[in-house]
Amino acid sequence: MNVTINGAPHEVPDGTTVAQAVLTLTTATTGVAVAVNDEVVTRSAWETTALGDSDRMEVLTAVQGG
Amino acid sequence: MDDLLIAGEKFSSRLIMGTGGAPSLEVLDQALVASGTELTTVAMRRLDPGAPGSVLDVLRERGIKVLPNTAGCFTAGDAVLTARLAREALGTNWVKLEVIADERTLLPDPIETFDAAERLVADGFVVLPYIGDDPALARRLELAGCAAVMPLGAPIGSGLGIRNPHNIELIVEAASVPVILDAGIGTASDAALAMELGCDAVLLATAVTRAQRPELMATAMRAAVQAGRFAHQAGRIPRRRYAEASSPTGP
Repeated sequence: MNVTINGAPHEVPDGTTVAQAVLTLTTATTGVAVAVNDEVVTRSAWETTALGDSDRMEVLTAVQGG
Repeated sequence: MDDLLIAGEKFSSRLIMGTGGAPSLEVLDQALVASGTELTTVAMRRLDPGAPGSVLDVLRERGIKVLPNTAGCFTAGDAVLTARLAREALGTNWVKLEVIADERTLLPDPIETFDAAERLVADGFVVLPYIGDDPALARRLELAGCAAVMPLGAPIGSGLGIRNPHNIELIVEAASVPVILDAGIGTASDAALAMELGCDAVLLATAVTRAQRPELMATAMRAAVQAGRFAHQAGRIPRRRYAEASSPTGP
């Protein structure tokens, strides 16, 4: 299935979890937050939340600003 | 200097720093230490796997409380989602709420800001909204439950100082939450003026991070905020049109 991660298209196996998708970007589990289709997925739910076809996932962290 | 109290939390520094614009994390680190700040903003952006180092490491190392902002958001919905992501990533329910109207001026959008503030307060956030120098809006945001109000002195990064000191004074007079002068500071005298007008703290970034010598400017800002606070508390003399002798007159 096809998903969008941080604006870029990705093809991932069916049943891919948020945790697995995050691992394609970073091994960090702190200082990082995930939203799928504009809803926050809490860290404790990463392993149990599966992505669906056409989902939009955003993986954010803190950067210099303000 | 007396402590700054925001949402029941004490800070001995009244200088809040931003982290944008620093040429490197090393320069930023030196400037933050020189500023004496205890509260510093960061922005939330898409994770870049290639990014070297993290501003969070610098803040953690120095024991500085992190204040995520919602910079880059144009709508209340975007700002609320960004604040929730920041809470999840950083483990803080504090947020500097920033909803801008357009890229050219980066002026805050009052309608979207108020909408987002109400939703974030209801969701348990400690909300510090960045606003124009509008006394009516500041009052409304305080009544909506914001923990502070952050009027601008001038547009972000402009270094124009405080364009409407009268409005800043009006905001200070009416507020019972801290007033934090945010944006527009160019040099130390601007920060001192903010404090002399009665602001409780100053938030600045560019004035330090883009100065020729950031660490030295951070030292200047720290001293200016302290001097301005003391002067405000001391109570300035009234302005007069004519001289008043300070030595005894007559023979």
